[in-house]
This record gives sequence, structure tokens and C-alpha cells, in this order.
Amino acid sequence: MSLSRNDVAKVGLLARLALSDADLDTMTRELSSIVGFVGQLEKIDTANVAPLAHPLDTQNVFREDVPKPSLSTAEALQSAPRHDGECFLVPAVLGDTGAA
Amino acid sequence: MQPSDMSAVDLVTAVRQGDLTALRATEAFLEQIERLDGQINAFLSVDRDGALRTAAAVDAKRKAGKTLGPLAGLPVAVKDALCTSDLPTTCASKMLAGFRPPYDAEVVARLRAADAVIVGKTNMDEFAMGGSNENSAFGPVHNPWDLTRAPGGSSGGSAACVAADMAPVAIGSDTGGSIRQPAGLCGITGLKPTYGRVSRRGLVAFASSLDQIGPMARSAADCALLLETIAGHDPGDATSLDLPVPAYGSDLERPLEGVRIGRVPAHFGAGLDPEVAHAVEEAFAAFRAAGATIIDIDMPHADAGVATYYLVAPCEASSNLARYDGAHYGHRAEPGKGHRAEPGKLQPAEPVSGQGNASGGFESALVEMYCRSRAEGFGPEVKRRIMLGTYALSAGYYDAYYAKALKVRRLIRQDYLDAFEKVDLIGGPVSATAAFKLGEKSGDPLAMYLVDLYTVCTNLAGVGGISFPCGFTKGGLPIGFQLQAPALAEPLLLRATDRYQHLTDWHRRRPAIAARPR
Repeated sequence: MSLSRNDVAKVGLLARLALSDADLDTMTRELSSIVGFVGQLEKIDTANVAPLAHPLDTQNVFREDVPKPSLSTAEALQSAPRHDGECFLVPAVLGDTGAA
Repeated sequence: MQPSDMSAVDLVTAVRQGDLTALRATEAFLEQIERLDGQINAFLSVDRDGALRTAAAVDAKRKAGKTLGPLAGLPVAVKDALCTSDLPTTCASKMLAGFRPPYDAEVVARLRAADAVIVGKTNMDEFAMGGSNENSAFGPVHNPWDLTRAPGGSSGGSAACVAADMAPVAIGSDTGGSIRQPAGLCGITGLKPTYGRVSRRGLVAFASSLDQIGPMARSAADCALLLETIAGHDPGDATSLDLPVPAYGSDLERPLEGVRIGRVPAHFGAGLDPEVAHAVEEAFAAFRAAGATIIDIDMPHADAGVATYYLVAPCEASSNLARYDGAHYGHRAEPGKGHRAEPGKLQPAEPVSGQGNASGGFESALVEMYCRSRAEGFGPEVKRRIMLGTYALSAGYYDAYYAKALKVRRLIRQDYLDAFEKVDLIGGPVSATAAFKLGEKSGDPLAMYLVDLYTVCTNLAGVGGISFPCGFTKGGLPIGFQLQAPALAEPLLLRATDRYQHLTDWHRRRPAIAARPR
């Protein structure tokens, strides 16, 4: 199984990772080799086997729906790269109207 | 007796009885850190002042006649993947350089409540992804037995600091072997508890269905002491098991008569170093001498473990690490001079080749900020795994890769359920070789993945495992032995290891570098 440079560029955008031309070359080569390796699972017969996403049988753990203290605004913002004391500041969400 | 010569169990007893002050114990280990860590690089931060303050408070508490916690005065090193509100938590990533979490991980809170003394945060592979510690953004850890060799990973700093006597015990985390493999390569004892036994709240998430925190120490008895404090239900982690915590240290001395240990002949295949194979077979012989019965068993899907793991873990990681967006915390790229879309004119939904460079564009300034922050903040292995996971979860590939891996995961777990009908424990090697040279495998991601051969299935099945030293190579490097057990059989894992450690003294050996000047 080998991936094309274009496949890798597409995955990079889905993963929100900027990749330089050199990155794309390396990543295409390495991912092809890893995907080829994990592809060996194809040979294992899994007909009638249900997927196992989680090792525990526990499901739907609920708690009482009562308010509890949570982080204050100041604590939640303490490590934000940019904020105005109330909100996280980010660049324009639509188009390019200047970075925050 | 020097604090460094004492077991953790003896050390807390001496502090409780007033034979040793917490301050003196803490100073002894801080001195060793100061003397050695320039060469070993096991710590990403050392909290000298905080540790001395905590130790003095423990001594004051004792003087005032107050009840001391079960770990009173015990210096503990904590892997930098656990949140600490008073110390940076970086996960050895530039992405989190200088990050201060707003809360303590549940395990850290339990250590503090037990009056332990946190001495610092240990080095690791970035976001716990790696088996050699070479993926740390802050330089690799050097194996105390041979500074040119890797300590293993990802909890390499925790393993190396215990091996070099810079801390009597440490906390690690294990997603595919990250406690057991470095413990094996550094000659210490490390336990990966059953999934759900220890709360993961505040452990920086890598692969949430596999991650588990556990103790690393010089012996099974010291691991038992630590596990008793960190295990238990936490309503803040929905996957934490709401079950009573046994007194792990209380049943260690019961003989092993009647205990059946499985041996998997396929473990002794071509890839296993002959010196390792020999030491592992000797350990089986020691267990037989201790009263256990050794039974050959088959784990038919074990060969598929690494391939299954390198789909499940990267898929979960690609989702978990989506939180690093440059907006809420962590690294953020400065606004760049790269191509921007014109205002109001969005890029087509289909990405173009060469995204992110001069030939392509981003659909908005926000997306550009995400992509560039992540490109700058993450190291190569983390990017590789995010890319692999994103690919395996993407439309058209999900069934062939992720869903397929989950089905094989069930077969692997079924192998364990079947095996534990016949045996109580499964023994074998932890790693195919002793510690390898730094740089030896770092150019080949796939070769590095294969070092996880003997450890990943434990996590896929959600059961417990322990590793401990069972010999040394002719070159003087430790060799590890692994035991795996059914879910929640930690008491048996610890007891079997403790019995072995009463018959042998491999776990008492120290690297030459650890010897303190007298």
C-alpha cells in the first residue's frame, strides 16, 4: 500500500498540520511504509468478530445532574496565548480580516 | 543507613517512627539529582524548594503528633505527562513548553494527600510516543547503566531516575509498554495496572482506551506501596473502576505453590537476543523452584499486536491531540507572511497539493494559525502518528484500517481470556534486546515500533503487567522479565514478583554511576 503525495497533503489539512515540500516527501515515504506494515491485518479472518473499542464493559457512567464548581474564567485563560480577560482571541474564522 | 540504601517501604517506616526526617531523605535524593542529572537528563524540572518545603511540613506534622499519610516523607518523581498545578507540565513537547495546568492530576492529588514529596517532573518521549526517549523535545535521557544507550520509553526519565537513585520511586504511564519496557532496560520494577484501576484524570491523553498510570520502583514491595495510594475510584474519570482497593503490600509473602505461569514458545523466536532468552528461561526455572508450575500456552494473535496497536493508538491520538489548536493553551504560531486567501473568498473545500506553502492556501486565517501552530509545536514522531491516525480514520479507509484493528483487538483480548482459563499468569521477555544505543533506531520509525512487540497486547486487552530485572548481559546491561495477569490480579503480579525478588538479587544491583561519594 503506498500513499501519494497528494493523499498526504490532504491528510495534512484534515489533521491541521502545515507540511513543507520536504515534509511531504518524508511523510509520504514513511507513511507508505507504516501503512504497508499495518495492512498485514487484512490477512486475519475477522468475519463475525465485533469491534472492541474499549477494554472495559462499563458503559454510560452517569452522575447526579447537580452543579459543581469548575474553573474560573481567569484559571481557564491562564495559559491562553491571547485573551482579553473574558474570551480567547483567535484570528478571523471566516476569510482573512486580520489576525487577532 | 543512608536514605538511598533504603527501600521505599523502610523509608516511610523510618520517617513515621522518627528515625529519619523527611527533610534528610529529600535532601539525599536532591543531592543525587544535582550530582548526576547533568549526565542523565531524567528530569525536565526539579522542584527543590517545593520539595524541601513539603518535607519540612511533613516533619512538623509528625512533631505536632498529627497522623501522617501512608507515603509521608517519600520522595517521588512524576512523569511530565501528569498535570501539576505548581510545576510546568510539558509532556516533553515544545507545544506545551512552560504550560501551567490549572489543576493537579488525580494521582498527583493523591500523592500530595498521602504526604509524599514530589521532587520533580521526569523526561519522556514527546506525548508518550516512543520507546527510547529520543523523541523528547528537551533531549534524550541517558541510560544510567551506559550513558551511550537509551533508557527505553516513553517513561524513560522515571525509569532512569529510579535506577540512578535520584528518587526511590516514580510515576510512569503505559500505553503500549511505556512503564514496563524502560523498567526492563534500566533494571527496575514497573507495574502497568489493569485499565481503569488508576484514574487518568489529569494525565495528558495519548490513547484513551490504552493509557494507564502506574508505579516504578526498585522492587515489587515498593510498587505495592505506591499503587495502594494511587489506585481507586475517581468520579472525575468515567473509565475509573468503582471497586475497593486491596492492601497490595499485605499478601506478598504467600508462597507460589499452585500458581500456574504460562510460557509462550512463540516468544522465543528469531528476533529474541540469545542472552535475553537465556535469562528469561532462568527466571522461569526460578519460578518453578519457588513452587509455581510452568505451562506452555499459545497466544495465536500475538503476532498481530504491533500492527493493531499502531492503528488503534494513532487513531485515538489524532483525535486527542486535536485539542492543541494554539488558541486555548500551548504554542501558537506568530501571524506569518505566507499566502492568505482574500477576504471573503474561501478556499475550495478540497485541499490543494502543497497545502501550507507558497503554492497553496488556507481557507481562513484561523485555519492557517491552527496548521502552523501545530507544525511548529509538534515533533516528527507526534506528527507521524497524528497523520497515520487521521488517514486511518478518514473516509474510505476507516473500515479497512481502524474498524479492522478493533476486530483484531477483540481476538487479542480473547487470546488472554482463553489463556487465563489455563494459567494464572503469563511470563516472558519485556524486550527482545537489552538497552540499544541512542541513535541506533531513531532513523527508522518502523524498527522503533517493533520494540513494543512483547508489551502492546497487554494494553489492547486492558489487563495488568509488571516487569522486573532477571539478569544482565555480558556487557553489564539489565535484562527484564514480564508477567501479565487477568484484570485486577495486581495482588498476584506483585506477590509473584516479590517472591522472585526474595530468591534473586538482580533488583538490588545499581549502576556504577549511582554510587554516592562517601
